[in-house]
Amino acid sequence: MGRITLDKVTKSFGETQVIPPLDLTIDDGEFTVFVGPSGCGKSTLLRLIAGLEDTTSGEIRIDGTDATNVPPAKRGLAMVFQSYALYPHMSVRKNIAFPLRMAKMDQAEIERRVEGAASVLNLSDYIERKPGQLSGGQRQRVAIGRAIVREPSAFLFDEPLSNLDAALRVGMRLEISELHKRLETTMIYVTHDQVEAMTMADKIVVLRAGHIEQVGSPLELYRAPRNLFVAGFIGSPKMNFVSGEEAGKHNAHTIGVRPEHITVSESEGRWRGVVGVAEHLGSDTFFHIHQTGLAETITVRADGEVGFNHGDTIYLTPRDEVIHRFDQDGLRIA
Amino acid sequence: MATQHSRSAARLMMAPAVILLLGWMLVPLTMTLLFSFKQYLPLRGGDLGWVGFDNYVRFVSSSAFWPSVVATLTIVGGVLLITIVLGVLLALLLDQPMWGQGIVRILVIAPFFVMPTVSALVWKNMFMDPVNGLFAHLWKFFGAEPVQWLSQASLESIILIVSWQWLPFATLILLTAVQSLDSEQLEAAEMDGAPKVKRFWFIILPHLSRAITVVVLIQTIFLLSIFAEIFVTTQGSFGSRTLTYLIYQRVLESQNVGLGSAGGVYAIILANIVAIFLMRIVGKNLDN
Amino acid sequence: MARSVTSRRKALNTLVAWTIGLLIFFPILWTILTSFKTEAQAISDPPVFLFFDWTLENYAVVQERSNYMRFLWNSVIIAGGSTILGIIIAIPAAWSMAFVPSRRTKDILLWMLSTKMLPAVGVLYPIYLIFIQFGLLDNRFGLVVVLMLINLPIIVWMLYTYFKEIPGEILEAARMDGASLKEEILYVLTPMAIPGIASTILLNFILAWNEAFWTLNLTAVNAAPLTAFIASYSSPEGLFFAKLSAASTMAIAPILILGWFSQKQLVRGLTFGAVK
Repeated sequence: MGRITLDKVTKSFGETQVIPPLDLTIDDGEFTVFVGPSGCGKSTLLRLIAGLEDTTSGEIRIDGTDATNVPPAKRGLAMVFQSYALYPHMSVRKNIAFPLRMAKMDQAEIERRVEGAASVLNLSDYIERKPGQLSGGQRQRVAIGRAIVREPSAFLFDEPLSNLDAALRVGMRLEISELHKRLETTMIYVTHDQVEAMTMADKIVVLRAGHIEQVGSPLELYRAPRNLFVAGFIGSPKMNFVSGEEAGKHNAHTIGVRPEHITVSESEGRWRGVVGVAEHLGSDTFFHIHQTGLAETITVRADGEVGFNHGDTIYLTPRDEVIHRFDQDGLRIA
Repeated sequence: MATQHSRSAARLMMAPAVILLLGWMLVPLTMTLLFSFKQYLPLRGGDLGWVGFDNYVRFVSSSAFWPSVVATLTIVGGVLLITIVLGVLLALLLDQPMWGQGIVRILVIAPFFVMPTVSALVWKNMFMDPVNGLFAHLWKFFGAEPVQWLSQASLESIILIVSWQWLPFATLILLTAVQSLDSEQLEAAEMDGAPKVKRFWFIILPHLSRAITVVVLIQTIFLLSIFAEIFVTTQGSFGSRTLTYLIYQRVLESQNVGLGSAGGVYAIILANIVAIFLMRIVGKNLDN
Repeated sequence: MARSVTSRRKALNTLVAWTIGLLIFFPILWTILTSFKTEAQAISDPPVFLFFDWTLENYAVVQERSNYMRFLWNSVIIAGGSTILGIIIAIPAAWSMAFVPSRRTKDILLWMLSTKMLPAVGVLYPIYLIFIQFGLLDNRFGLVVVLMLINLPIIVWMLYTYFKEIPGEILEAARMDGASLKEEILYVLTPMAIPGIASTILLNFILAWNEAFWTLNLTAVNAAPLTAFIASYSSPEGLFFAKLSAASTMAIAPILILGWFSQKQLVRGLTFGAVK
């Protein structure tokens, strides 16, 4: 079990309130991602759930029981830190065994669980090594191993992939997702990378300045962002925003069009512009278009084979059925 | 960034150290302060009552006071001058490429580990003894009359001994600072056509200024209270009685605790003036 | 400032540096050499440097006459005891300041430092009185406590700067893993900080070993450590150079050896982290 409920939780450091009253429920077995720009309070929120920080007010319930004042170790949660936080003086085996040793578990059982975790995470060959002798990805696995053996009711991940290089990050992302599918345990994952959020989450919580901007599945957020912030944050490349006369045609203050929802043409289209930079990724091409009279730049995603060059004139047509409309306050118009 | 639980644990764990040091500071300090306002002669009647600021006035107006201040300042100033100047030169030298650098470093640092009583005694007898000391032999070798070091030149002798003890400290700290100097800065200056002396004056010395300040302040605090070196060599005679030694004599030798305590309060004030400057520097360092 | 230089330049550097190094080291070297001479050779004019009849007699005489071993033992107890006691008190305090800093942490650290700057002579008589009151005069335990107190600020400071370098996340991980505060300090922090703790112990042992105000003023016979043992040579035995040298060599040898190991940490310890 691992249902976590936050009820009017707030957090202040001295005078500054970093988390205004916040309600949130994370269901058992759910993979929830907290995402937002740096300083949005997502790590603080995770640390509140972990018990590494006190809540200023409000209540945190784990499986229905009030855990607000329960020390971290007693909450039945395991955490994987950004820096992995491995014990440098202990071997991989001892690192993984540490939480079990602290729980005064039987030696044979410790042995069994450590071996199990090591084989699941492909660490068996390195089990006697110290963290200093491991690569970044291996360290990450040890940190996960240390979390798994406790069989916690929920896993907390604090930007666990941010110290890995790009290629490894994709690999570890898959491994963590697979781990979740296999264990079916609640996981809360903090990241500033919306790609990680989109690819891994069952549920995404978008945070800004301690506020929850929107909660929903990746596709819900993609299809129906509640406001300009979420619309701009979710999706890559970023959504194009156009206001003024063109937005007025759609009875909105601002309209948003995703780069992938615009078709391009050499000869005809609703909007006309000049190609600035063209980024060829092979599968896709991103065009940054200027002089449209709509916005500084309009980004368009086109097929990899589409051949426009710097300075070419280009015609754009947005797909009307997926235009997002926002009112004066930046809120979505349904 | 912590929980209430860990904060209260922290307070609890800090308590023994804080309480012990608080006691160590406040109890004797209060007693000294109390004694300083009393006529207190343990061997001649004990506590003879309050006398107001009499002790403070008497301590300052005694004929021994000003000479002791002069002696203190001479020793502190002399040692600082010698150790800083030689320390900078030695640090620059030790930073140069050479064979056996590690061993030279150890040779230079060694005096710091010699206990004060040993260094005072070795210098006093084996080097400065007017008959059998090495200096006497040396002087005679050149046909000169051996110097009665500790009586004719007592302050200079003590400065020599104490400088020998503290030179390693200054050198070591300045060496650390020299080594932290970015060599590209010097090379840039060289490219800009600055000759050696100018490079020293405009780049190396300013870079060392902070380390020099730290050395000056820390040494001053220790030098203001040197004791064993005088206790073992001159016992304060021949003009080598420092403020510290004067207070020691008033308290333990003539058993005039009131008078000595007033002197102690002066010494504490003096030390605190230096300490404030040191703390500023250390405190600034804590912030980053 | 690593730059290739001509070997002529390097040779010159070497020559100058070694000359100065040996000059500075000379008093120590001379003391050690003299300790192996006879009294007559020790004062001979011109002095003999290496070619004399080496003898261990002085060491035997010194030990026999003044029971060197007892002073040595006192020094070990006092320096070792005060250091260990200080470490035990300082580790939790340094943990608190490094990992649970509050707005007052900096002030407390600076205040601790300021107690170190209190001139000893200013509080000599009160301490003397307190010692008499509690029967601590000429008592090893009394000196252990006093030396622990005067070095405690340095111990806390050194440990604090070492602990600061340990990432707090590792301690939080231990907390998440179910370690109690005691287990966190014992199994995670202390093993990680072993090098720092060791150099703190080393430096403070040296400082306590060489301390020569309280050890001279608060001891007589029973608790007197080597500093007092040497001071007792100030006259008239000091005129017997060979024996004085033997006694001195025995007093400084242990610490010279320890000192060489600790030279790297010396700077940090003695400047309270102001110079790194």
